[in-house]
Amino acid sequence: MAAKGDAAMLDDQIDRWRSYLHRRQAIHSVDVAELEDHLREQIAVLTDAGLVSDEAFLIAIKRIGDLDALSREFAREHSDRLWKQLVMPSSGESGKTVRTDAIVAFSLAVAAAIALKVPALFGKDLHSDGGFYARNAGLFVLPLLTGYFVWKRRLNPTILPWLAAAFAAAAIFANAYPFAPKGHTEILSALHLPIALWLVVGVAYAGERWNQVSGRMDFIRSSGEVLIYYILIALGGVLLTAFTALVFKSIGINASPYLESWQVPCGAIGAVIIASWLVEAKQSVIENMAPVLTRLFTPLFAAMLILFLCTVLWTGRGFGIERAELIGFDLLLVAVLGLLLYSISARDPHLPPGTFDMVQVLLVVSALLTNAVALWAIAARITEFGFSPNRVAALGENVILMVNLVWSVVLYARFLRRQGTFAALEKWQTDYLPVYAMWAAFVVVVFPLAFGGI
Amino acid sequence: MEINKDLVAASSTPIVLAILIERDSYGYAILERVRELSGGRMEWTDGMLYPVLHRLERLGHVEARWEVSKSGRRRKYYRITSQGQAQLAEDRRQWEAVDATLRGIWQALFPAAPVSSAASVATAKGILRDGG
Repeated sequence: MAAKGDAAMLDDQIDRWRSYLHRRQAIHSVDVAELEDHLREQIAVLTDAGLVSDEAFLIAIKRIGDLDALSREFAREHSDRLWKQLVMPSSGESGKTVRTDAIVAFSLAVAAAIALKVPALFGKDLHSDGGFYARNAGLFVLPLLTGYFVWKRRLNPTILPWLAAAFAAAAIFANAYPFAPKGHTEILSALHLPIALWLVVGVAYAGERWNQVSGRMDFIRSSGEVLIYYILIALGGVLLTAFTALVFKSIGINASPYLESWQVPCGAIGAVIIASWLVEAKQSVIENMAPVLTRLFTPLFAAMLILFLCTVLWTGRGFGIERAELIGFDLLLVAVLGLLLYSISARDPHLPPGTFDMVQVLLVVSALLTNAVALWAIAARITEFGFSPNRVAALGENVILMVNLVWSVVLYARFLRRQGTFAALEKWQTDYLPVYAMWAAFVVVVFPLAFGGI
Repeated sequence: MEINKDLVAASSTPIVLAILIERDSYGYAILERVRELSGGRMEWTDGMLYPVLHRLERLGHVEARWEVSKSGRRRKYYRITSQGQAQLAEDRRQWEAVDATLRGIWQALFPAAPVSSAASVATAKGILRDGG
């Protein structure tokens, strides 16, 4: 009778321990089951040695170790789980930190808006000097965003000169060249500089974990979520702007000069910081939207591309060679890469290959085939039209994306045939991040010289 | 004996892989084997073994499967893969280099020390065995 009571009490204690463990996001229920098996075996050994179950339970718990430290280790190993709690204040922290964080983020957003308006004091007009603002768009906000992460992650100050040097170099290359107004290289520079600078933000975002796959993967996750938040904020902004114009019009005041030079540009630039802060602070509210969208669109994209390839083969239609088409195929590869990246970032690397992985490979292969057919058709005729900056940039990007996707397919196929691990694919994708930034920096630095600022 | 945390972290991979070469095993049994092999000199915090095992699994050095144990509980077993064996061979090469270097310097600094300590361990073991 006593023994039965003992066993029930032990189960009770283990239940409580289990539910305590379950509250930690980094430790999933399969891991709890594994630890429970350990705990029970330890208790059995100790009771066999003559201890009563109470004592055995206490000793076994002690040997498993401090749960906070254990949960940190689990979080470090399973960074995809860590992602949910990395930046959330741990339960011990007070609401005060959350408030400080919000105040800092909003102050930086206001600072970015002010930074955007400062050149106006020196006679740079948003309309007539559109090129200046386009080239420097990233420089108004990304240094502040980097500063936010430096503050948030309490980064080692030795990295600060490097970050500052990167932005200083960017400012020089964006402004030193004599760009022809609205020339091709100016537009290219304006498009590529933010891409290169986003990597600098990433270095600050990941901090000391930048050298680890998990650190860079967290940055990829965060970038996708920031984009989604930004789009949501932008939709809200459009509504706000429309209503502002409407209500002022009703009393006979034309608000568009104010809207065009203040509300819209300042809102657009400040929203970058607000979106980043929201991703940091509200991850568990709308978390992991990007992976949900990839689940939805991967099969649809794959079906569309296969249909397209069949149509090309069936009808034998040729490809146009306008600039828009080349860029269109680049964007297609970017979309496919995005679908691949965000499903990788959300996938549990331990799961065995499944149907969705097949669809993923199908998508990438069909995108590569489409791109190859298009490139072949375009390359055959590009010599007639010469190498303009736009064509070289578009071709360069095409090659970079193709290399990434081809090797991804190889790694994915190895994983499906169980000859390789999913971790290899993750490592490849995160190692590849600097390549995009380097190419973007190359376009910014070399193209205006090579093509004489046209 | 308290062993430095970094040293424990660095040695955990080869120790776990080597134990899994002997036979497929699970967390508790692996820890028992570590205690046995080290003569109780290496004490790991039990829970910390699991993140190590999960890392090895993610890297493809080991494979895991769930089985039902004799006691009727579900238990996670780990098996070393061929990649894990290659990793162990590499680890072994590196540890032997470290070990040889340390031995060299110990020998140069305290010529008698390693012998005497080895001897005292041997005597201690002998006494134990005789006593038993």
